[in-house]
Amino acid sequence: MSPVTRILSTLALVVALMGSMLTVIETPIMTLGLFALPVLLVGVLLSILVLAPYRTGLLSGARACAALTGVSLLMAVALLGTVSTYPGAASHGFWAYVLVAWAMAWLSVEELSGLMPQSPLGQRLVALAIPLSFGVWLLILWQLAVVGFGVPRVLLPAPSEIWLRLLSSPQILWEDFRQTFLKAVLIGYALGCGSGFLVAILVDRVPFLRRGLLPIGNLVSALPIIGVAPIMVMWFGFDWPSKAAVVVIMTFFPMLVNTVTGLAAADRIQHDLMHTYAANYRQTLLKMRLPMAMPFIFNALKINSTLALIGAIVAEFFGTPIVGMGFRISTEVGRMNVDMVWASIAVAALAGSLFYGLVTLIERVVTFWHPSVRG
Amino acid sequence: MQPQPADSAARSVIDIAKLSLTFETGDGPVHALSDIDLNIGAGEFVSFIGPSGCGKTTLLRVIADLEAPTGGTISVNGMSPHEARLARAYGYVFQAAALYPWRTIAENIALPLEIMGHSREDREERVRRNMELVDLDGFERKYPWQLSGGMQQRASIARALSFDPDLLLMDEPFGALDEIVRDHLNEQLLKLWAKTDKTVVFVTHSIPEAVFLSTKIVVLCPRPGRIYDIIDNPLPRDRGLDIRETAEFLKVAHRVREGLRAGHSYDD
Repeated sequence: MSPVTRILSTLALVVALMGSMLTVIETPIMTLGLFALPVLLVGVLLSILVLAPYRTGLLSGARACAALTGVSLLMAVALLGTVSTYPGAASHGFWAYVLVAWAMAWLSVEELSGLMPQSPLGQRLVALAIPLSFGVWLLILWQLAVVGFGVPRVLLPAPSEIWLRLLSSPQILWEDFRQTFLKAVLIGYALGCGSGFLVAILVDRVPFLRRGLLPIGNLVSALPIIGVAPIMVMWFGFDWPSKAAVVVIMTFFPMLVNTVTGLAAADRIQHDLMHTYAANYRQTLLKMRLPMAMPFIFNALKINSTLALIGAIVAEFFGTPIVGMGFRISTEVGRMNVDMVWASIAVAALAGSLFYGLVTLIERVVTFWHPSVRG
Repeated sequence: MQPQPADSAARSVIDIAKLSLTFETGDGPVHALSDIDLNIGAGEFVSFIGPSGCGKTTLLRVIADLEAPTGGTISVNGMSPHEARLARAYGYVFQAAALYPWRTIAENIALPLEIMGHSREDREERVRRNMELVDLDGFERKYPWQLSGGMQQRASIARALSFDPDLLLMDEPFGALDEIVRDHLNEQLLKLWAKTDKTVVFVTHSIPEAVFLSTKIVVLCPRPGRIYDIIDNPLPRDRGLDIRETAEFLKVAHRVREGLRAGHSYDD
């Protein structure tokens, strides 16, 4: 048991015991708090029953992990139920129990990361459970804090409200996603990365272009997006092509620079080797330099996967038809429909993460030989 | 560059006359090679030995057309080194194995064959034969990073031999390996040389290695890089590792060491 674990479990136990003396909800009829809320009472009793043997070391390993997870989730459900019945009326006892539930969740994750399952399936499940637990508890604490403190919706809506918005307007969100992601982002990304790659090959082949084109590419990448976006709208119109153009400008340079660096990655011996075989330019490029450059190229692809989304969304702030994620965010902010803004952000975050994940997956297949991948 | 008349010895493979190479650097010219005269006949095993900076690797690179001489003449197989390289006259083994990590061992050995446009069946046949030659059969599907340093260097030798050049140029191929592995590979290399009848030019800074392997030892000395001594090794071609204990071996080694010592014009 590490010092942090010891302190945390002691703290949770003490707070759980003391919590029953504090009021849970600040409403006149409910000042007795705990004893009026039987589900929460059961949760607190259970958490004391788990924490005490855990603290003394009687309970450990997989069983401790299961017990802590189960009870902390039960507490979370009880707390969420309580707070949604009396929004904005949470009192000290309530926050004490939130602390207990969160501490138990922490301890459960710590136990989980200490588990060494033998089977590959078990290892994968553990590897998946840890970030999942983090994400779930982030949402739980967010919900509890927003509802418990009665935070105004305009400042920060609760996850439940965002979720309801996601469920109630899938049509709008899908249209936005199609406009921004499937058209502007993907097409702009393909064009930007593709042209960056081809220009890099050209720059590498023709030395004077390196001196001429690289500084210009650098200059283009330094252009502020909020200055470029309106110009692109004037050039390419209101619809997605102007957004794709912004994405091209943003993704071109990272790909150019990374590919040029990657093409220079082969060392002297590798070049000499191809030279002794009297290999021509094309053979040297295809059989040695491009495979060697792949880690660099994938770096650019990963950087660009997130840059492209940002570029497309921001570009929509400067003129767009009445569809698109950026349009949605900018107009719904003006109408104080913050839950819709957050729903759009959630879609963008999910799409961006999946896109990045997909590129990373392909990278692992292509550069399986690289020390950073083969492990 | 004019090819040397190959009238003299039996099938001369490399003819070098009055060869020099000067690098122009910011601190003035550096005479890497000066006044080199050397003949290497077919089937010989020639070692270049000398302290660092004596130009032994540079001389090998000139033969391979990786450096251009600034004076004198050189011919490889009766051609200029440039023509010889384009004719794929030699296989070159570098100090590092330089295998491509994204290719399996078999694919690495097939690399020169792919570049030279051999058919798939021919490639497979040659890869199999050469992997057997360097005792690597069974490792076809492994990747280089899954093999030890000695095995990687053996694979790189198989790669150099895959297209069956008559001439094998080796630049300190075992320099990075420990002594036990090195002894083992030296023995294997001698067997391989006996089996294939190649001409080998071998750069080393190890006296026992040079004496054990060679039919002819070329001692070079630095500033400017030049040949100090050429020793014809009297040891029989068919030799085992224990020959290194014999008086004859030690005599040759002594002469090499004397040459290296005398060639050092400076003390440090």
